[in-house]
Amino acid sequence: MKENEIAFLVDKSKHIRRLTIDSIGKLGVGHVGGCLSIVEALVVLYYKEMNINPQKPDMAGRDRFVMSKGHAGPALYAVLADKGYFEACLLDTLNRPETTLPSHCDMIRTKGIDMTAGSLGQGFSCAVGMAKGSKIKGDNSRIYTVVGDGESQEGQIWEAAMFAAQQKLNNLIGFTDYNKFQLDGGISEIVGLEPLDMKWKAFGWDVIVVQDGHDVKEIAEAIGKARQSEAKPTMIILNTIKGKGVSFAEAAGVTNHNMPVTEEQRIQALKELA
Amino acid sequence: MYENVEMRQVFSNELGKIMERDERVVCIDADLARAQGTLGLRQQFPDRAFDVGVAEQNMASVAAGLAAYGFIPFIGSFTPFATRRICDQVAISITYAKRNVKIVGLDPGISAELNGGTHMSMEDIGVMRSIPGMVIFEPVDCMQLVKAMPEIVRYDGPIYIRLFRKAVPAIFHEDYQFDLFKADLIKAGTDVSIFASGIMVSQAVSACEILRGKGINAELINIHTIKPIDRKAVIESARKTGAVVTCENHNIIGGLNSAVCEILAEDFPVHVKAVGVKDHFGEVAKIDYLLAKYKMTPGDIVDAAVECINRKTRGQSGFCSSSEPSSNH
Repeated sequence: MKENEIAFLVDKSKHIRRLTIDSIGKLGVGHVGGCLSIVEALVVLYYKEMNINPQKPDMAGRDRFVMSKGHAGPALYAVLADKGYFEACLLDTLNRPETTLPSHCDMIRTKGIDMTAGSLGQGFSCAVGMAKGSKIKGDNSRIYTVVGDGESQEGQIWEAAMFAAQQKLNNLIGFTDYNKFQLDGGISEIVGLEPLDMKWKAFGWDVIVVQDGHDVKEIAEAIGKARQSEAKPTMIILNTIKGKGVSFAEAAGVTNHNMPVTEEQRIQALKELA
Repeated sequence: MYENVEMRQVFSNELGKIMERDERVVCIDADLARAQGTLGLRQQFPDRAFDVGVAEQNMASVAAGLAAYGFIPFIGSFTPFATRRICDQVAISITYAKRNVKIVGLDPGISAELNGGTHMSMEDIGVMRSIPGMVIFEPVDCMQLVKAMPEIVRYDGPIYIRLFRKAVPAIFHEDYQFDLFKADLIKAGTDVSIFASGIMVSQAVSACEILRGKGINAELINIHTIKPIDRKAVIESARKTGAVVTCENHNIIGGLNSAVCEILAEDFPVHVKAVGVKDHFGEVAKIDYLLAKYKMTPGDIVDAAVECINRKTRGQSGFCSSSEPSSNH
């Protein structure tokens, strides 16, 4: 990857964080932690990797993205607005009555959202279904999906994992947003996932561990490698920080899952991200 | 035409014909393809007929993903596992997301027979009926199923198909005109309205014969689509007869009886007697044994009809002028 491309993606990540915390801050509450931890993955996908056209959101044969941890919708909305799927001013309607941008991703309400998610575990299965659909059609598209680490405690994730491996869905690339926290506490304190990479391997997937899930170059290289897989889906485990890039959110730790944001905090965050 | 033919065989034949002419249609099983009769489709359509293993939750959401990709998936399992077990996947991945997935539930209610109580869904209609946007269809015989299949595919939205899988007595003939959203008048009458679904229709046909011997002219209507129910047919018949009996192979809470009562309570209150499973679980036994034990035979339907008519003729509305407490429930 060229330096200027890296710089572009780093800048874009900062911009997406700004839009995300601004929209949540104006509302006063939201899933801050899990939105901020997945920004770089979204930026690398939407600004570098995916075959999409915001002017033709329903384009046949396009790549698809499923935010299975549907509560990270606001970060995805920031990306979609910036890409031009809809007017950026709509971000100010986040989670307000009659909005097209509800807290959890909704394909009926929001242009650019490929699948509804919110009940954890289901979006991942839906992505597997899409990857199977692409194989049936033979359209050579790729399906990308993000699961949460807490979400990985859902049994349905592993049902889908086995089926995807059985079907040799090498067009499916998953990401685990491994920020080590869930609503009730640390992942390892509630129900630990380790050894997570070995679990995915044992379920028949290729696994790539990205040491710094906020390093756009490392993420892009992992996706490049995943694309080479000939017969297996790939899980890219992103070691991330919940609330990344906003000091008050990072400091809040476990309580940043769904947290209040004051007007002062919103303004402070925008300054940090300037 | 379809005497002694199993419903599952008709279902898979028709599905195969549809898959042949419509490349969007997909058949997904969760290790019950042999039970459903769909195993053979895999040879004919190796890409579009496949198995997810014993994983019904995944099946429902994979189907939703395929539907989001432009396909029309049929998924299937025994009724309890196609409904209550995957209620949230049906509600969110399929219905909330408005995905065009057809859900087949096999062996409804007491028809699970020797699989017993764990496999007898007495609440599947109740579960599915309370999910917004879900259509619920229960075919009464093979002819109706054959006529319904293209309509089910044509309808752009989720449908739950409550499928008895073995052979059933024929109710309809070749000239039968099917409408997914219109109830079928099987026998016109003036004294009592019998609304029946699924295997209870043939029980009700026999009941009508017995009633005729008693000088009672019953009207029999098959409610094949329980949601959205044919409101007009229910009200018009109740208005004509002033007495109603519902017959269903399901808990009388949440199913056909509830659906009929909801309409009548609002628009035309009359006496209603429920024939069906009286709020208990199932058990191992053959259908005939359970029909008798659970008071779902033609004789039970007759008793219910006679009681309803007696109340009507005694002038007990039961709603505003009753002098004695109703024993309806």
